[in-house]
Amino acid sequence: MSPSALLRVEKVSVRFGGIIALNEISFDVGRGQICGLIGPNGAGKTTLFNCLSRLYTPHSGQIQFEGRPILKLARHEIARIGIARTFQNVALFGAMSVLDNVLVGAHSRGRQGFGAAALRLPATRREEAQLRERALQLVAEFGLGDCANIAAGQLPFGTQKRVELARALASEPKLLLLDEPAAGLNHEEVEHLRGEILGLRDRHGMTILLVEHHMNLVMRVSDQVVALNFGAKIADGPPQQVQSHPEVIRAYLGDAA
Amino acid sequence: MSTLPTAKAEPERSGFIGWGRVGLACVVVFALVLPFMSSGYHLFQYAQVLNYAIALVGLNLLTGYNGQISLGHGAFFAIGGYASAILVAKFGMPYWVTPPIAGMVCLVAGFLFGLPALRLEGLYLALATFALAVAMPQLLNYKHFDALTGGSGGLQLAKPGAPFGLPITSDQWLYFYCLGFAALLFLAARNLVRGRIGRAMVAIRDQPVAAETMGVPISYVKAMCFGISALYAGVGGALSVTIVGYVSPDSFGLFLSLSFLVGIVVGGLTSIPGMLFGAWFIEFVPNYADQLTSSLGENAKALPWAVYGVLLIALMFVMPRGIAGAVTAMAARLQRFTNATKRA
Repeated sequence: MSPSALLRVEKVSVRFGGIIALNEISFDVGRGQICGLIGPNGAGKTTLFNCLSRLYTPHSGQIQFEGRPILKLARHEIARIGIARTFQNVALFGAMSVLDNVLVGAHSRGRQGFGAAALRLPATRREEAQLRERALQLVAEFGLGDCANIAAGQLPFGTQKRVELARALASEPKLLLLDEPAAGLNHEEVEHLRGEILGLRDRHGMTILLVEHHMNLVMRVSDQVVALNFGAKIADGPPQQVQSHPEVIRAYLGDAA
Repeated sequence: MSTLPTAKAEPERSGFIGWGRVGLACVVVFALVLPFMSSGYHLFQYAQVLNYAIALVGLNLLTGYNGQISLGHGAFFAIGGYASAILVAKFGMPYWVTPPIAGMVCLVAGFLFGLPALRLEGLYLALATFALAVAMPQLLNYKHFDALTGGSGGLQLAKPGAPFGLPITSDQWLYFYCLGFAALLFLAARNLVRGRIGRAMVAIRDQPVAAETMGVPISYVKAMCFGISALYAGVGGALSVTIVGYVSPDSFGLFLSLSFLVGIVVGGLTSIPGMLFGAWFIEFVPNYADQLTSSLGENAKALPWAVYGVLLIALMFVMPRGIAGAVTAMAARLQRFTNATKRA
């Protein structure tokens, strides 16, 4: 295990009642890497994501981000240290405009509180202008310029997924967690997404952890793939190696393979 | 699809005429001219509309923007009103310093009530706040507080006249006094909802989990929102007591709290200016209903609330997003029309 890992998951276990959702999962994600997290339904991928964004607290184990344990932090502090995520079922603020969605994504980059906001102090205006400028850049970067002022809930699903991505980036994260970004997208959109993911890493220097069922996409963008099954890690390594791992093949195709 | 009104997309830029600006200018002129067009009881009612509007803005921040339902904002209106009356009657303070103090008292009370309320969602929160509204008149009547509150007899206050020898009547002065507070508080609310905190409030309403992962401290924002909301109701209550000149436990019944909820829905959830319409509705429509039934003769006399009810239902059918929603839709249509004529 490299000491320079951006994210280190150490023996993380999660139980729901009698069910073991995650069993002593350990892996590292290096800075600037794209790590794919695969496994059949119910393998525990989203559970692990929810541990990383502090929605669940593991029963045991440790998670370190930049060498710092994160399990003591509150949920709302995760964005500030540099972890952002998207959601499997798209969790946009439906009544808000696309631009406002992205601005909420930048919440952790702002400071104005109730009093300063109500009085609209000069510092508040400056901050607001900066946040807005940056949000507009992101909106343009993701091709959302035409719908910036439209309520996010009224947009088609594929567009909503792009809004979610722009919103996640607004917090200027070091680690981006993508929960099934390709789900529900057509072939063309998946190709486009692949370019976007690689671009995020190459242009923005971001580290990406990706839960995905779209094997073709995972294998083509990932530097490293971690495979889970029934809450346990069954493989961890470069894509080709994981793809041909007997345990992984068995997990996906059953014992007949 | 969510039934909540969609957040305001920025108005189409015309570069020609902004109908929003025109509307605002009309409202300002109307508000300034009004006290010279009417007098006495009517003017008192207009001032009361402003006070209700302040309370409605507070409730709308909480319910419309943040998604927390309160059936008990009459209780904060009462706390603000009593705080003001006690400071004037028992501590000899000038009436005009009491609204900020009453607001602060309610901010603290609202924040503290908001903390346990964090554990309650939707209808459960509605019930808890309902309990507050039910309990408040009796608490104010509690005999060990009599020395301060005046018990069931309440407190009488002198009606203030115009200061600095201004050549206006007491009623006109009190109207402007309320108008000043209303203008400040409307502006502050508008600023709040347009900024980072306002976005966080709506984000919590729509997707609390996502909001939290974006870095919004949900508990703090919700409790503060409750506090600010109570502050508005408290200032409204303090102003109201000054212009009424009298306060008693019966001034703040359960019906007041329910009227506030009616007011924000009629005015338009997630609209700040709409609260003026909502306040107008809860102040005047019961009167109109009363006059209407009286004019229809003996048989209809007992039915003013039935008329009120029918009007309310009809309004919700015609303007499902409240009066503000209807006005915005009309303004958007006008804007498109003016843009089209300009291009032609």
